Amino acid sequence: MKYALLIYDKPGSHEALADDERDAVYGEYFALRNDPRCTDGAELQAAQTATTVRVDGGKALTTDGPFADTKEVLGGYYVFEASDLDQAIEFAARIPAARLGGAVEVRPVVER
Amino acid sequence: MVTARNRAIDRIRRQQALAQKAHLLELPEATVDELDDVSIEDERLELIFTCCHPALALEAQVALTLRALGGCSTEEIARAFLVSEETMKRRLSRAKAKIKATAIPFAVPADHLLPDRLDAVLAVIYLIFNEGYSGRIDLAAEAIRLGRVLASLMPDEPEVHGLLALMLIHHARRGARFAGEELVLLDDQDRSDWNAGELATGREVLDRAIALRGRGPYVVQAAIASLQTEQQIDWVEIAALYEQLVELTRSPVVELNRAVAIAKTGSTEQALELVGKLDLPDYQYFHSTRAELLRRLGRRDEARAAFERALALAVSTPERRFLARRLAEL
Repeated sequence: MKYALLIYDKPGSHEALADDERDAVYGEYFALRNDPRCTDGAELQAAQTATTVRVDGGKALTTDGPFADTKEVLGGYYVFEASDLDQAIEFAARIPAARLGGAVEVRPVVER
Repeated sequence: MVTARNRAIDRIRRQQALAQKAHLLELPEATVDELDDVSIEDERLELIFTCCHPALALEAQVALTLRALGGCSTEEIARAFLVSEETMKRRLSRAKAKIKATAIPFAVPADHLLPDRLDAVLAVIYLIFNEGYSGRIDLAAEAIRLGRVLASLMPDEPEVHGLLALMLIHHARRGARFAGEELVLLDDQDRSDWNAGELATGREVLDRAIALRGRGPYVVQAAIASLQTEQQIDWVEIAALYEQLVELTRSPVVELNRAVAIAKTGSTEQALELVGKLDLPDYQYFHSTRAELLRRLGRRDEARAAFERALALAVSTPERRFLARRLAEL
């Protein structure tokens, strides 16, 4: 079973850390990515870099900013291979953003 | 905790895929007899943990538990929770679909997850208990039955026995809580209306929990409930237990109960001071407790205002009548 772990971090929460703490936190992210069950993952650039596109009547409408107007923003993701939800939850709980005021959404990936 | 877990884990190491197990949640009109079938008996513990998985909405956890383990029909559960059968059917099938789509495990959680997950199971059972009697099924009795099943499956978990004891002791007093439609306070309850057998069983179960060194919130609550059924109630001890419970739960409602116990020891002023520190503006019992304390201190105008506030928040008819009577007596 494949799960997407969508990391919603609290804006500024990682930047607010002291240099050595931030290094340690990024070390955790890399360690999680190196877990053999973690098959993919990426950190996204800050939400200010987002552009949202909609198509209406064949015409692309482009707006500035992220799609969802929420406090937490999608900051990255992992794809995690597990045999059940508990394993995915356990891995998700180790993602630093989850304890730094953000949250991780666990969603099974449709497999065809 | 370790023994129960090991026993459970030994039994399950097989860790079947949920897909094969989905039929357990499809139990047609499952009856108590069917649930006692050996094949299902072996897997009831796993089933409880699946039904009460925190990835499911609480109302779905409750419905699934009653359906799969309580032997209640969808229609009965719907009636008990005052929703249409269609709504309950959808709630159950959405939950089952989520179990399947997200691969919620059919297993007793791993050691480090067990305490949290067990808390979730206990919370669901206690919630069912507190629904009381609604529709055609006696949910309180159903919760006690579930509590017994869980206690037999996890005999070394003090909190499981604590919850069962708490429910039994409360349930034993149920017949005395109302005179006709009127609410009767503990002090005025006719002890001959208590179910002595159920009370004795409750105390035995509590002793078991304490022997297992249980000091968790359900054990403490059961100990309080048990003390309240003594001929001479030791309010000093009860207040001390509430203090422990405050530490465990950090709940202002528990703090309110502690204040009531303190008032019972005669320290009305101290109790009122404690109540005054609580932030429970929309809680009926905050206002009724404050009103009662103010009344005892002879502060009638303040008492009246507080009783009125409690009355405005009260929903149940017996409680409304009780408060109205108190107001009239002022």
